[in-house]
Amino acid sequence: MHNTGQRSRFLITVTCFGLAFLYIPMALLVFYSFNYSKIVPVWGGFSTRWYTKLFESEEVWSAVILSFKIATVTACFATLMGTLAGLALVRFGQFKGRTLFTGMITAPLVMPEVITGLSLLLLFITLGDLIGWPERRGFTTITIAHITFSMAYVAIIIQSRLAGMAQDLEEAAQDLGAKPFRVLIDITVPLIAPGMVAGWLLSFTLSLDDLVIASFVTGPGAVTLPILIYSRVRLGLRPDINALATIFIIVVATAAFVAWWIMLRQQKKRELEMQMSSEEG
Amino acid sequence: MINTNQVGNSELVAAGPAIIKRLSRSLQHRWKSIVIFIPYFWLFLFFLTPFFIVFKISLAEPAIASPPFLPMIEWADEGILRIKLVFENFVYLWEDDLYFKTYLNSLKISSISTLLCLLLGYPMAYAIVRARHPYKHILLMFIILPFWIPFLLRVYSLMGLLADRGTINNLLIYLGFIDEPIRLLYAPFAVYVGIVYTYLPFMILPLYANMEKLDASLREAAADLGARPVATFITVTLPLTTPGIIAGSLLVFIPATGEFIIPDLLGGGNVLMIGRLLWDEFTANHDWPVASAVAIILCIVLVLPMMLYQRTQGKQVED
Amino acid sequence: MDPDQQPFIKIQSLSKHFGSFTAVDSVDLEIYKGELFSLLGASGCGKTTLLRMLAGFETPSSGTIHIDGVDMTDVPPYERPVNMMFQSYALFPHMSVEQNVAYGLHRDGIDKQAIKTRVEDMLAMVELTDFRKRKPHQLSGGQKQRVALARSLVKQPKVLLLDEPLAALDKRLRENTQFELMKIQDQLGVTFIVVTHDQEEAMTLSTRIAMMDAGRFIQIGTPIEIYEFPESRLVANFIGNTNMFEGRVTENGVDHIVVQSKQPACEFFIDHGISIQEGTRVWVAIRPEKFRISKSAPESGQTNQMKGVIDDIGYLGKLSIYRVRIGDDKIIQITSPNLSRPKHGESLLDWSDEIYLSWDASSVVVLTK
Repeated sequence: MHNTGQRSRFLITVTCFGLAFLYIPMALLVFYSFNYSKIVPVWGGFSTRWYTKLFESEEVWSAVILSFKIATVTACFATLMGTLAGLALVRFGQFKGRTLFTGMITAPLVMPEVITGLSLLLLFITLGDLIGWPERRGFTTITIAHITFSMAYVAIIIQSRLAGMAQDLEEAAQDLGAKPFRVLIDITVPLIAPGMVAGWLLSFTLSLDDLVIASFVTGPGAVTLPILIYSRVRLGLRPDINALATIFIIVVATAAFVAWWIMLRQQKKRELEMQMSSEEG
Repeated sequence: MINTNQVGNSELVAAGPAIIKRLSRSLQHRWKSIVIFIPYFWLFLFFLTPFFIVFKISLAEPAIASPPFLPMIEWADEGILRIKLVFENFVYLWEDDLYFKTYLNSLKISSISTLLCLLLGYPMAYAIVRARHPYKHILLMFIILPFWIPFLLRVYSLMGLLADRGTINNLLIYLGFIDEPIRLLYAPFAVYVGIVYTYLPFMILPLYANMEKLDASLREAAADLGARPVATFITVTLPLTTPGIIAGSLLVFIPATGEFIIPDLLGGGNVLMIGRLLWDEFTANHDWPVASAVAIILCIVLVLPMMLYQRTQGKQVED
Repeated sequence: MDPDQQPFIKIQSLSKHFGSFTAVDSVDLEIYKGELFSLLGASGCGKTTLLRMLAGFETPSSGTIHIDGVDMTDVPPYERPVNMMFQSYALFPHMSVEQNVAYGLHRDGIDKQAIKTRVEDMLAMVELTDFRKRKPHQLSGGQKQRVALARSLVKQPKVLLLDEPLAALDKRLRENTQFELMKIQDQLGVTFIVVTHDQEEAMTLSTRIAMMDAGRFIQIGTPIEIYEFPESRLVANFIGNTNMFEGRVTENGVDHIVVQSKQPACEFFIDHGISIQEGTRVWVAIRPEKFRISKSAPESGQTNQMKGVIDDIGYLGKLSIYRVRIGDDKIIQITSPNLSRPKHGESLLDWSDEIYLSWDASSVVVLTK
């Protein structure tokens, strides 16, 4: 007994340390965003002037809009193609070039960003020389790059969901007279829908998060939010970036809380239903 | 004449449904091909082709031009196709010990950071698995939450902590431990902290998934057979969580080795890592062939072992 | 069975290979309309593959399948007049009970009103009318099983395939459901093909059983034929318990044969009309319930009796299981009904009692393979 207590005390200590390590820097970030002083770590009184400055900056707004546009388009295309790829991997058995296909799906996940960025830039330059497309780099090239690596993540999510799902259901639908395409619409898609939602959100986040690849394949005038942030924080601490980060943290925390709350409610509902059905026998 | 015609017609009528059936069946077949073709084509064009271009350029001769390398394939005067391959770039990487040192340094930094992540992440994952019901989900959420906050901003939050006039230095000076700020930011230390900070969840989650699947009765069985907690841990828990340890370590090690943002923002000019070197070679020095050669070698060092690992994993699953 | 009847399902030299593995090895089978036919065998014997070929999920490597005179070999599952009840039930988790049952009818393009009546009738038959709005995860195991049955029967298939239909139910529910299935089959007259590894289930349900092993049929027959007249040691061992004695034929008479076994040394006299050449190596099989057990020597001469010592007794109430040691190392199992009630605190037979076993000349099965 004594030993167990000691062990769990050790575990609790390490966990608290780890969580503190993860969250203290962010807490400080939020704290200093309300600092009047221009020098971040020197407290100069409460102020929201950096928020005002942030909202007034046209540069920031256009970067935010561009990044959200890219992230939305990326998420939609990556989800679509990643789902197709996941389906092909799990449900189509052997087809020509399957090994290459699997390789191309998994490689982007382990490929360092610098290489992905460099190689895509070189492709766009080569294509530009050969066929005159893309004429200039920016929104389109960044979106293409983001779709390419995001769809791999979606494919993996869909693949694991499909692999865990018994093929019985699809066979049952066929047995009841549904043609393969009908089976896809009636059975497969509704069942992988949660995976598709997760994939969409992940792609959106990955796209919004990416600095390295976008820096390679962007062109004049196309400044995404990470590129903007990077250009500013390279030179040191900036209170307006603290304000921006705070907004992100608040949005994410709220969304997480709402998601958690919904999940909790659904779980309770399900437990209640289970109880009901078991009582009826 | 008429008779044969009639026969032909009735045959056609009889064959009608069969033809339609065959058509629709071939459509069912086609439909699958289309599903495969779209992502296949996309990845081929935007993943595989670029990679070959990098490979090609790594074998080209650098030049001061646009693009900054000489074409490899030339029509010689006699109308003979001449292909010129230059391994000079790779020789250059080999001879200039800057590159060699940078590769080594990258591997050193990422392996030490991976180990630190493991030392911190393993007990945390273990604590989450053993946490009681409501706390378990809350803890998990706290581990996942940082994923959704932009990487760049998370790295930036460390800058505020570690800067010369940052929180830690201010606190230490205030408490009287030091008089002058100590150099934390723009030093290797900051890079280690940065990697552990940003990649810790990548270590915890696979470990958690692995431990969660472990049957609690295995530990109880070991205890029942007389193993003390430490012995149980070493003989039962640790061997059974090896897959999680490997998965988590790879998830940290691989991206950390190619990392660009962390050495750039936290390491300053003092920490050489391969991702940054590639970037500098490409943007500042404008040396595309050497940058490509650096990329190819990075690939061989990083991606190949990973693919091989996945291969063996896949085979194990099949067995 | 009417001997002139045409087979409803006709399987001809059907094979299925998975790589170098042969799951089904060139089998022939004829099943008649209205039969409740069981495919019985241990896991991996090929029974499920055969069923999946009937449903259309596996394409045969060679051979043909005809159902009601139509070649079905290359017809995809969604065009076959066959429905299947899956072992896992495979109920669509995102649809209600009603939607699950109606799904197949919608695929046939039947008009909405007709679908509604048919679904209602079906749900009434399986007594699930009150549960029609429920989702599968809100149902108990037995209810799920009935939804799966309703869903596969509502299309009025020519053949219903059932893959281990009762495996997921607990023992008590299983017995009730067996009889329910038989009742429904009788009502609708649909041909049922059941895959099972449970010999008792196959025995109670079926009109005929096909025993499978390593992708081949080793015996096809009625439950009684399979139990009382097994054709091989494999069948005799798989169906129920049996005691096996190896021996040689010493006498091949006109209406009987005599088999002499060495361990234990015993003479078996078999009087049902078989004829096996003298000197042939054979196996003699006697079911546990065919033995008579007594404390004194039976009168019937030298043959068809043995002497042994009770090694172990299992008292099950209505009957007792005795393990009897014959000679040094042969243990045979006997079941004996407890016809009379022993005096309080006593039992009729006890551990280490020396007893005599005897059996009728007609109870013995002689197997040559």
